[in-house]
Amino acid sequence: MWTWFHRLASPPTFYRLADRFAPWFGIAAAGLLGYGIVGGLFFAPADYQQSDAFRIIYIHVPAAALSLSIYMLMATAGAVAVIWRIKLAECVLVSAAPVGASFTALALVTGMLWGKPMWGAYWVWDARLTAELILLFLYVGVIGLNQAIEDPRAAARACGLLALIGVINVPIVHYSVEWWNSLHQGSTILKMGKPNMNAEMARPLYACLLGVYFFMGYVLLRRTQNELLLRESGTAWVKERLESSNV
Amino acid sequence: MSSNFLNMSGYAVYVWGSYGFAAAVFAWNLIAPRLRRRQILKELSTTE
Amino acid sequence: MIGLFNAVLRRELRLAAAAKTEWLMPLFFYVIVVTLFGLGAKPNDPQLAEFAPAILWVGALLAALLTLERLFRTDYEDGTLEQIFLGTQPVTLVVAAKLSAHWLLTGLPLALLAAPLSAALGFSSAAIPALVAGLALGTPVLTLIGGFASALTVGLPRAGVLLPLLVLPLVTPIVIFGAGAARVAQSGLDASAPLYFLAAILVLGLTLLPWATAAALRNAFE
Repeated sequence: MWTWFHRLASPPTFYRLADRFAPWFGIAAAGLLGYGIVGGLFFAPADYQQSDAFRIIYIHVPAAALSLSIYMLMATAGAVAVIWRIKLAECVLVSAAPVGASFTALALVTGMLWGKPMWGAYWVWDARLTAELILLFLYVGVIGLNQAIEDPRAAARACGLLALIGVINVPIVHYSVEWWNSLHQGSTILKMGKPNMNAEMARPLYACLLGVYFFMGYVLLRRTQNELLLRESGTAWVKERLESSNV
Repeated sequence: MSSNFLNMSGYAVYVWGSYGFAAAVFAWNLIAPRLRRRQILKELSTTE
Repeated sequence: MIGLFNAVLRRELRLAAAAKTEWLMPLFFYVIVVTLFGLGAKPNDPQLAEFAPAILWVGALLAALLTLERLFRTDYEDGTLEQIFLGTQPVTLVVAAKLSAHWLLTGLPLALLAAPLSAALGFSSAAIPALVAGLALGTPVLTLIGGFASALTVGLPRAGVLLPLLVLPLVTPIVIFGAGAARVAQSGLDASAPLYFLAAILVLGLTLLPWATAAALRNAFE
């Protein structure tokens, strides 16, 4: 099992696999997101309380879920980079930060646009919103630290440490609605047993949720490839690819 | 029917604002790596 | 081990005594900031007392940030840090000693200074114990987190701008609970819950951050 792992972590192997899988991730993402968004905008019935404003859910929930998952991925890659110094982990870590930041921003903005009509306020200082905002600052810190340190390997390892210390925020975001009195709605989808949502509303949401993870996969594969090219630019495998113009 | 689609029962600004920002985020995530790849390839080939 | 800790601690305190003005800066800064808030508000404004917890906490936080950069930079620049890594001493212990010195020189004085300063903002004197206890629990965490961020950026020429960006997201819970404790005490209620949270965060920080700081410093040499 470890040999498979080590082989996967080899830059040229990963690059080749990424080239093979990325298009499929992209197609899956496009299909699922297409189905989800069309279903969410056209076919899901309007909510009896929130009317058509609830349709923001098809963006907000997947974006928020992704913002947390990407951070976990980044922190895990950080741990691997710091402990075992695997180059691929460094590349994944650095690639994940801007993607995660963009989806955190998306979750926050759509949350504000949903909060204004529903709660009457663009922003409240409740636990979940505050913690998600902190998550955005953590991502920006990782991006800033990576850019500030010259040596890419040292930079990635520093970012890995930072990501690891910040990871405590992720369970806070997730459980904040249980631990504190929160204005934000509690868990609907991950509850045990059947979720409380009407199936016609829920199906596009599941599609968007899954689709957005495939999208993340596609983007991360491409970005990690970029980082590998940069860091391994002097090696034979990169030179070979450049010559064959098959990059 | 189609007028309510654009109007979203009066919530047009919020719903379309959200989907618009989402479109921008997805587009950026698709385009930025591509542009970066092109830039990297250019840099690598000129330093040969 | 304790001998090493004490030795490093004494060294830090002696070095600080030789550069007294630098270590008095945060305290002056704190006094100035709190005074400015008092001056900027309406005279004897009752609302100022309501904002006092936030002002006292954020002021202490910003003041503590001032001496963070020099935690490791001077040792990094003159090679002492490298010697520590080359030696056989456990680096985490040395780091812990340096952080303790920083708290004794900056955090603790700030916490104590908050007591008289709070009067300038009309803060209720009955709530001062909760305020000072909170700061006494929160300032060590500031030192720990600030030390970690300082270690991450130790070799960088312009770390000054990046440092607050790294520190502030991580210290938000402390400000929330600390100011919350002071506010709760001002309303006459029991402030133990937020104070316990602060203590829990301190224990968590003490467990993780010295190690992480040492790892970050090691990273600067490789």
